[in-house]
Amino acid sequence: MNASDSDEDVYNERTALVPSETPAVPSYRPDDLSMPDDLPTQRAKPGLSRRGGPAAVDGSGGGGGSDQEVDADDEELTLKYGAKHVIMLFIPVTLCMAVVVATIKSVSFYTEKTDQQLIYTPFTENTASVGRRLLNSVLNTIIMISVIVVMTIFLVVLYKYRCYKFIHGWLILSSLMLLFWFSFMYLGEVFKTYNVAVDYPTVGVIIWNFGAVGMICIHWKGPLPLQQAYLILISALMALVFIKYLPEWSAWVILGAISVYDLVAVLSPKGPLRMLVETAQERNEPIFPALIYSSAMMWTVGMASPMEAQRSEHQSDEEAEQSGGGVEPERRQFPEDELEEDRGVKLGLGDFIFYSVLVGKAAATGGDWNTTLACFVAILIGLCLTLLLLAIFKKALPALPISITFGLVFYFSTDFLVQPFMDNLAAHQFYI
Amino acid sequence: MTASVFFGCTFIAFGPAIALFLFTIAREPLRVIFLIAGAFFWLVSLLLSSLVWFISVQISNKESAAQQKGLLIFGVVLCVLLQETFLGASTRTENTVSGLGFGFMSGAFSVVNILADSVGPGTVGIHGDSQHYFLSSAFMTMAIILLHMFWGVVFFDACEKQRWWAVGAVVASHLVVSCLTFQNPEYVNSLVPTYVILLLMGVWAFYSAGGSLRNLKLCLTCKDKDFLLANHRPR
Repeated sequence: MNASDSDEDVYNERTALVPSETPAVPSYRPDDLSMPDDLPTQRAKPGLSRRGGPAAVDGSGGGGGSDQEVDADDEELTLKYGAKHVIMLFIPVTLCMAVVVATIKSVSFYTEKTDQQLIYTPFTENTASVGRRLLNSVLNTIIMISVIVVMTIFLVVLYKYRCYKFIHGWLILSSLMLLFWFSFMYLGEVFKTYNVAVDYPTVGVIIWNFGAVGMICIHWKGPLPLQQAYLILISALMALVFIKYLPEWSAWVILGAISVYDLVAVLSPKGPLRMLVETAQERNEPIFPALIYSSAMMWTVGMASPMEAQRSEHQSDEEAEQSGGGVEPERRQFPEDELEEDRGVKLGLGDFIFYSVLVGKAAATGGDWNTTLACFVAILIGLCLTLLLLAIFKKALPALPISITFGLVFYFSTDFLVQPFMDNLAAHQFYI
Repeated sequence: MTASVFFGCTFIAFGPAIALFLFTIAREPLRVIFLIAGAFFWLVSLLLSSLVWFISVQISNKESAAQQKGLLIFGVVLCVLLQETFLGASTRTENTVSGLGFGFMSGAFSVVNILADSVGPGTVGIHGDSQHYFLSSAFMTMAIILLHMFWGVVFFDACEKQRWWAVGAVVASHLVVSCLTFQNPEYVNSLVPTYVILLLMGVWAFYSAGGSLRNLKLCLTCKDKDFLLANHRPR
C-alpha cells in the first residue's frame, strides 16, 4: 500500500503515530455472531491494526529538512504525544473490561452453566474424558475460525464489488440487534439480580431511547464522547454474550486461534484484511469508521472535497462490519492552513471484545481477583507494546496477538502457579 | 460489618497510594505507562518466584507442615530478591514511578481477595483466629505500597549515584519487612516495626529526592511555588 504523494503534502504535523496515507482505514472485521436461536448475526472480529499506510511521512515533509532542530526536544514531544495516544486507548479498554468484570461478578446469569451453545461451536464439552474434551474444543475452534474467514472474505468481495447497500444493511441489522435485543436482555438480568421490579412500559421507554440514540450516534452523527461510550457498551455486551455461550476450553483455544488469524490476516500480503485496506486506500475512502473506536474527531471543517462527501456516505455502511479494525492513526483531511488537529488513534471494536472476553473469563472462572488483575495488566502492556510497534512501523498492525498472548500466559500461570502461592501467603498473612 | 469494613479497609489500604497517583502521575501519560510497566515487572517477578516455589513443593514432602512452611519462607525470600532485581532493571529504564507501580500491584495482590471476602457474610476469626485480620491486612498493605514507592526512589537515586551500600540497604529492609510478617498474627510485633521502617525509608527517600527541611517549610506554608508536586518533572 503506498500513500499517494499528494497526500503527503497535507500532513505536516510532527507526530509519532501518524501515518501519512490516505483515509485512515480501519482494519475490518466481519461481524459474525449467532444467537442460540439462530438469528443471523455478526461477530466482530478482533484486530487492532494500525491502518495507516506506509510511514508517517507527514512528519517527513516538515521535519525532513530540519533534522538538527528536531532532536531532543522533538523526541520528548514525540514521546509525550505517543504516550498520550496510548493513554487515549488505555482508558476505553479499561472501561470496557471494568464493565464486563463488574457484570460477571454481580450478575450470575452470565456465568451460569447453560446447555445452549452458539451454532458455531456445536461440539459439547460435557464429555467424560479430557482428550475428548480437548478434541471437541479444537474442532469448535476450527469451525469458528473458518466461519470468520469465510465471512471476512465475503465482506471483502462485497466491498470490492461495491455492494455498499448490502454491507450497510448488514451493519445496521447487527447494531440494531446489539443495541436493542442484547441490552434488553442485559437490563432484565440486572433487574433480576437486584430484585428490582420494573414494568414493561418503563423498560420499553428506556430501551427505545437507549437504542435509538445509539443507532444515531454510531451510524450518523453524535457527540464524540457519547459515540465512544456506546461503542464501549456494545463491545462489552458482545463480550458478555461470548463469555456466556462459548464453552470453557473452546473459549481459550478460540482466543489463541483468533490472535494467530489476526496476525495472518493483517500482515500477510494475501490476507483479507490487508486486501480490504488496500482497496479502501485505492478508492480513497475510509472503511467502516463507525465500528472502529476512534479517540479523536476527524475534523473536516472547511473541507469541501469529494473525498469528504464519499466518506460520510460510507460511514454508516462501515459501522457494523468493521469493528475488528486495528489501531490506526486518524488522518487529517484538511489542508495545511487549517487548524492543527489531534489525530488520535483508532482501535477496532473486535479488539475491545476479545480483550474483555479474556478478562471476563478470568473473572468468571475461579472467583479469584488476582488472576483478573494479572490479565488486565498483561493486556494493557500488550497494547502498549503494540502501539509502540505501531509508532515504529507506521502501518496497520494487528492488536490482538501480543495482548492476547500475554493475557493467556498470565492467566494460566497465575491460575496454576501464583494462586496457590498467594493463597498460602494470605493464610499465614505473610507479605512479600 | 460488611460494607463499612470493605470500604474502610479499601481506603486504608489504597488511599495514600491513590492520592499519590492522582496528584503526581495521572496528569502525565508517560508516567501512567511507566506505572503499569512497573506493575507488569512485579508480576513477572512474582511469576518466577511462584514457579520455583511450586516446583519445590511438588518435589517435597507434602505431609510435613513444617517443611511446607519452610518452603513458603524460602519462597518469600526468593520473591523479595527477585522483586529487587526487577526493580533495579525497571528503574534503570524508567524512573521512580515504577516503584509505585510495584507497590500498587503488590498491595493489590495481597489484599484484593481479602477485601472481596470482607463484603460477604461471615464472621472474622470464628475459629479462634485474630479478630483484626481485615484491619491489620489493610494497614500492612498501605505500609507495603508506600514502602515500595520509597524503595523505588532510593534505589533509583542510589543507582544514579553509584552508592551500592544504599542498594544493599534497600534490599535488606525489604527482607526485614517481609520477615517481620512471619510473626503474624502477633500484629504488634510486625506492624509497629514495619511502620518505623516506613517512616525511616520515607525520610530517606525525601532527602534522596532533593527535599530538605527548608523546602518542607516553604511547601507547608505554601510559599514555594516550585515545590508543588504537580510541577515536578519526572525523575
